[in-house]
Amino acid sequence: MKNFDKSINTQALTPIGAPVFTCKEKCKGQERDAKLCESIEESIRRSGLRDGMTISFHHAFRGGDLILNRVMDIIAKMGFKDLTLASSSLASVHDPVIEHIKSGVVTQIYTSGLRSKLGEAISKGLMEKPVQIHSHGGRVHLLQSGELSIDVAFLGVPVCDRFGNANGHSGRSKCGSLGYAMMDAQYAKYVVVLTEALEEYPNVPASLHQDQVDAVVLVDEVGDPAKIGAGETRMTTNPKELMLARLTTKIIEHSGLFKEGFSVQTGTGGASLATTVFLSEKMEEQNIKASFGLGGITGTMVYMLKRGLVKKLLDVQSFDEFAAKSLGENKDHIEISANEYANPSSKGAAIKQLDIVVLSALEVDVDFNVNVITGSKGLLRGASGGHSDTAAEAKLSIIVAPLTRGRIPTVTKRVNTIVTPGSTVDVVVTDQGIAVNPKHAELKARLKKAGLEIVEMQELYERAIALCGEPQNIAYTDKVVAVIRYRDGSIIDVVRQLA
Amino acid sequence: MSKKVEPAHAGTLESSDLFVRVVPCECEGVEIELESSVYEIYADAIKATILESANALKATGIKIMVQDKGALDYVIKARVEAAILRAYGINEPDWSVL
Amino acid sequence: MKKQKLRRSMLFVPGSNTGMVCNAFIYKPDTVMFDLEDSVALAEKDTARLMVFHALQHFTYKNIETAVRVNPLDTPFGLLDLEAVIRGGADIIRLPKTDTVDDVLEMEQEIAHIENKIGREKKTMMLAAIESALGVVNAVDIARSSKRLMGIALGAEDFVRDLHTQRTKEGHELMAARNQILLAARAAKIGAFDSIFSDIKDKEGFMHEVAYIKGLGFDGKSLINPTQIPWLHKAFEPTPKDINWAREVIEAAKDATIRGLGAVSLNGKMVDAPIVARAEWIIELARASGVLGEEA
Repeated sequence: MKNFDKSINTQALTPIGAPVFTCKEKCKGQERDAKLCESIEESIRRSGLRDGMTISFHHAFRGGDLILNRVMDIIAKMGFKDLTLASSSLASVHDPVIEHIKSGVVTQIYTSGLRSKLGEAISKGLMEKPVQIHSHGGRVHLLQSGELSIDVAFLGVPVCDRFGNANGHSGRSKCGSLGYAMMDAQYAKYVVVLTEALEEYPNVPASLHQDQVDAVVLVDEVGDPAKIGAGETRMTTNPKELMLARLTTKIIEHSGLFKEGFSVQTGTGGASLATTVFLSEKMEEQNIKASFGLGGITGTMVYMLKRGLVKKLLDVQSFDEFAAKSLGENKDHIEISANEYANPSSKGAAIKQLDIVVLSALEVDVDFNVNVITGSKGLLRGASGGHSDTAAEAKLSIIVAPLTRGRIPTVTKRVNTIVTPGSTVDVVVTDQGIAVNPKHAELKARLKKAGLEIVEMQELYERAIALCGEPQNIAYTDKVVAVIRYRDGSIIDVVRQLA
Repeated sequence: MSKKVEPAHAGTLESSDLFVRVVPCECEGVEIELESSVYEIYADAIKATILESANALKATGIKIMVQDKGALDYVIKARVEAAILRAYGINEPDWSVL
Repeated sequence: MKKQKLRRSMLFVPGSNTGMVCNAFIYKPDTVMFDLEDSVALAEKDTARLMVFHALQHFTYKNIETAVRVNPLDTPFGLLDLEAVIRGGADIIRLPKTDTVDDVLEMEQEIAHIENKIGREKKTMMLAAIESALGVVNAVDIARSSKRLMGIALGAEDFVRDLHTQRTKEGHELMAARNQILLAARAAKIGAFDSIFSDIKDKEGFMHEVAYIKGLGFDGKSLINPTQIPWLHKAFEPTPKDINWAREVIEAAKDATIRGLGAVSLNGKMVDAPIVARAEWIIELARASGVLGEEA
């Protein structure tokens, strides 16, 4: 090193040789496989997890997830208490979390969804602190605002290399896009990747990157491939779903947005899948191509991509094996993070470029407010998901639901719980009538002209009640069991404990 | 009705339907036992409908056990009436009261 | 000219199938046809009868035409069915297995008797299903036998058994019966309705058959699954060209009326009353098909 005048070092830089920073692990000359842990226990020990911290998981494996329960059992056995569980969502398979709440291992939950016995137990007052229900975009906002600060993320993947490069579209338990896990990898202080297969370094292109990952654990299985898919992937034969899909397609066709280069997001479920199929037929008929398909991607969307009906798929979550496989194979099927997908405070969320979104509902009320989180008996049994995010940003949001489910009215005077505000909902399609938000007089006229019968929301409500009768009020206590956070972090509603 | 009552049933356990059993009982009027998938929000309405059908047929001294899977009112009527008529062995009801 | 009701689709709904009974109206067939006959097991005849009796009175079936296929009068169920569904308010009784004029007259008499008994003023219509070689041979007389008959229909399943054959995709075995029934119906100025198409997964075969029977002149078809309704209505949907023509004819007719002209002419050609009626029919069909919107 040359001698130099110390006066130029106004920033008090450190000369070479002196210690600058300390690695979590030794840096130079470190073993090439230093991130590899023998066991989940070892990764937890290395992470420095302590009581009161926040741990996270992702939900790309949905009902087939085998990681969350396994890690939670080990954490419980290791004696940790008072943890905040921040999974991007929770499925029916996560009912064992009930025991960890009872034993004090988990005392706070952040999630998009709550279902099954866990949802029921929480609705009945299992937890002291209310669960924070966020949207998919809203979760990223909470991470960035600092309210949700993840100490250790446990991210299951089908394949990863020894240095932490992981993806979701290959291997045995393919989940496809790791769009939600990408956020945890970016924001968590310590990142553990649990992988089913260890690939040779470098396993690239990667979704979770080596510079984000602290530890890698090889486990025998991360998911049950048979249960990863979100429900039905074949075309429905249910005439009611087909009818809803046909109506929805006709609405899209005559919305004024159905032209070359339009964009669309549909979800899972029979009516949504059938809408994609019918829409494809219309696009072929009229020689219209979409610029992109967004969101949770299904096999029918992949079919559109293959037929050249849609130019790009932006995939934050792959809903079935066809989508998961396509993500790895088709260069126009692109993985995006939850921040790129839906975060309202992101510099660029794809939903801000979205024309049409087709969404479902457990309940819609006369003011177009939508509930996708609590059932008719007031139990937590759904997920906020990207519902409020897409409804707010898409040019046209269409809610598709049967008017009644058996004797349960879908259209109500006032939804049990507001997840998506009515001001962001444009059209409600039921099997017994279509309603257009009164603020869209032009759209209403357009649809009427196309031969669609448009009714008032109040009429749909009255019809539902004529069929089912006015439901008895559900009895609640004053205690709040869940807080519904709107996508910007504000509180849009609360869920109270069932009496 | 003063005819002898034999145990009888009608309906199914499919969604939107109900299964009704009628048995004789040592009771005044009609006793109702209800299980329903929509109990929390419609129990009162369903019981009222069952009772209305039983009264229309002037049934007494019976216990009506219902397992409801979210049936609409008119389905409940049809099933309860069918079970009661079967219990009384009536083939040709007085349609004007139903 | 008397305005004819649109009856493209007649959806069979088994009276014993609660889910179907509660949902059939949603699919907006032109006519809902509750069945108490072949689709209902012997042990459930009583419960199905009660179910249909109540469904007929429910508000969801108030704005849709209802028909009921009752059991034949020579069974222990026929008369019981008839009383229940006439009291329930059925618009049409579908007579099963109509072989002779007497079958129609006997049913007509029973219907009238019940109507008198309960004081029903609106006359119940009848639809005779022809399901045998004898019935086909007698079709002309059957079609003319009662003012209550709004149509005759082919019941192909029993008919092919009677012919000692089975149904095929090509449908040659039904050729004679279809033509005979259609001619008989037209001669009597009543409706003609084709039989069911049972393979609900075969859309192509269904559409082929519909195009064929529509071409023959049938008004519509019985259906066994709601999935087939939009397909059928699509096949009956008038083309934009038809609609434009119909609009022009109606405009010309209006114009002639306003100007007090006796004869209507369009582009120099005379337009007579049946053509105006045909044009009005096309507009109604277009509206029912959802291809003609409400002008805002």
